[in-house]
Amino acid sequence: MKKLSMNDVPKFLSSVGAAMDLFVPVRMTGATNWGVWDKEREVDLQTLKSVKSPKDVFFPQCQTMYTVSKGEDGFSIDPMKLTDQPFCVFGIRSCDVRALTVMDQVFLADPVDTFYKARREQAILVSLACHRPAQTCFCSVFGIDAAQCDGADVAMWMIGEELFLEGQTEKGNEFLGQFSELLSDTDDTASVEEEKESIRSITKKLPYSSLSLEGWGAGKTDEKFDDPNWQQLSDACLACGTCTFVCPTCQCYDIKDYDTGHGIQRYRCWDSCMYSDFTLMAAANNRTTQMQRYRQRFMHKLVYFPTNNNGMYMCVGCGRCVDRCPQALNIVKVIKTMDKGREEEKA
Amino acid sequence: MQELINRAKELLADGTVARVLGWKKGDFVYNPEPHIFTSAEELEKDFVYDGFCGANLSKYMIRASKMEGKTLVFLKPCDTFSFNQLIKEHQVVREQAYIIGVGCKGKLDHRKFQEMGLGDIESITGINLMDECDVAKVTTIYGDKKEVPFADVMLERCHFCKTKDHQIFDEKMLGSKETTDTEGDRFDEVRRIQAMSPEERFAYFRSELSKCIRCNACRNVCPACNCLHCVFDNTNYDTAQKANADSFEENMFHIIRAYHVAGRCTDCGECSRVCPQSIPLHLLNRKFILDMDELYGEFQAGSDTETPGPLTAFTMEDPEAGAGLERSRG
Repeated sequence: MKKLSMNDVPKFLSSVGAAMDLFVPVRMTGATNWGVWDKEREVDLQTLKSVKSPKDVFFPQCQTMYTVSKGEDGFSIDPMKLTDQPFCVFGIRSCDVRALTVMDQVFLADPVDTFYKARREQAILVSLACHRPAQTCFCSVFGIDAAQCDGADVAMWMIGEELFLEGQTEKGNEFLGQFSELLSDTDDTASVEEEKESIRSITKKLPYSSLSLEGWGAGKTDEKFDDPNWQQLSDACLACGTCTFVCPTCQCYDIKDYDTGHGIQRYRCWDSCMYSDFTLMAAANNRTTQMQRYRQRFMHKLVYFPTNNNGMYMCVGCGRCVDRCPQALNIVKVIKTMDKGREEEKA
Repeated sequence: MQELINRAKELLADGTVARVLGWKKGDFVYNPEPHIFTSAEELEKDFVYDGFCGANLSKYMIRASKMEGKTLVFLKPCDTFSFNQLIKEHQVVREQAYIIGVGCKGKLDHRKFQEMGLGDIESITGINLMDECDVAKVTTIYGDKKEVPFADVMLERCHFCKTKDHQIFDEKMLGSKETTDTEGDRFDEVRRIQAMSPEERFAYFRSELSKCIRCNACRNVCPACNCLHCVFDNTNYDTAQKANADSFEENMFHIIRAYHVAGRCTDCGECSRVCPQSIPLHLLNRKFILDMDELYGEFQAGSDTETPGPLTAFTMEDPEAGAGLERSRG
């Protein structure tokens, strides 16, 4: 195991940032989001949850796929270059790493999304354990361990004034070897074990940790689709895209053309099932009310996705929607309300 | 709070109203949601009205106006400006609403608790309308206990409250308390930005607007944004956009929106309350309000239901077309 003093973190990040693209949580005017490291930017490893998840490191909110331009000999089509250099994602949380596994089901299944695949392959994930999980967190419901991220190349803990780093994959060990200058060896595994224990005991006590997913999951379409609760659950929904855009697992996108005047930029951008033109077809739209759109979002996460992916839910319990919905609607309220309905029926 | 529930139950029971638009308790004290109640039991069980009920319910009345029977709606003083403005724009039907003007002692901003490390609120006292609302006593799930001055955790808008008088109501309940800061006014921040050099000002707006994720929460919560189909959603035009393709679009979306609501914006502050990225969007609107006040005389949208707005009325005293340009040359 390696150790890095918090005072040396800026120097460490400088040397990583000089060698490769480095994504870090950046604090800017009161909000923390993921961005490319730069010595002018304020790296924020203290904030538990970035507003947007690090999803757009792998699947950018807006991404040009290819350009078409008119030349003397007709048109030429230039696909965008795929990421072909290793890059580092520093300080990612367990829930957000699991979210990548969720997105893998979609983007790495046939037909493979080459943009996403290239980024997934080149990424070095350095996770950061959640010293103080929030009241709105419920990752444990999905079997995620906030204390140690098993999907990361390097697992990291912030204990007092020090970072403890442990390589978990070959790629991770290579990374630690490459930037070993500021790292020192440590056999103080006791502090790390204590930290893990503390995180796990907090996680158990969080108010949402007992959330039951019984009744949801693969094959529950018929049971849930016509549930009368959808209407009142969605009544206050503003139809904004906040929940979908801060969500680490929402992966719907739209493809559009941007007319540059002498060519076309074909790009894709995140879409939101909350929007009126989501899945709009030439013949009109199959969802015409906000209740239907709202239902789509949660049915996708809690029923359709598990049905198609061996029971895997399309939620990792990061709680960002709980935190950010303008009118305080969220997936937990949906899960609980329908659960109540079921209990009342039984009684 | 119980008297609000009792009154709502009475009005439901005697058939005056068919439903009640209010706030429903959330899992946590800081996440109550706007909700339509239809039974006494539901009101008794879930209705809440306290410092965290910041949501302006006026816009929901556009939909409720179309329902059969009257809707009882609880409006805070600032929300009544929005309701009046919606009447003026023929978006709500006055007769379909039974308005209880409910008192306000300032509304809380959960993000301010988070910034103080007090976001994980297990319990909190001192934030009900019966309380003084001077100090909030917070206990977090981590056992931290703290007494926080109400003013330190209040929404920005409450520091510059227009008035605690309801502009429209059928009856009033519960008292209010002045929350306006003793120093400065709501245009101070606008003046500070106006005084910047163009480069500084550009940098300021870039640092704020570049956080925008185009979720449209500001637009969708805004009572003045009541177009049936927003130009930014209309796929028949190139204006439809789901993401900011570049930094130019980030800026333009908000500036265009601010122009469109100018003269109709009541400065309710919902845009800034709901922004997931904490962008102070209300500043754009306030800049327009300040400009209009200076060019056309002071005007408050929503203070009544008849007076035409400064941009929709013509008078011989109106400044000439070049006045704005001259002003900008200072």
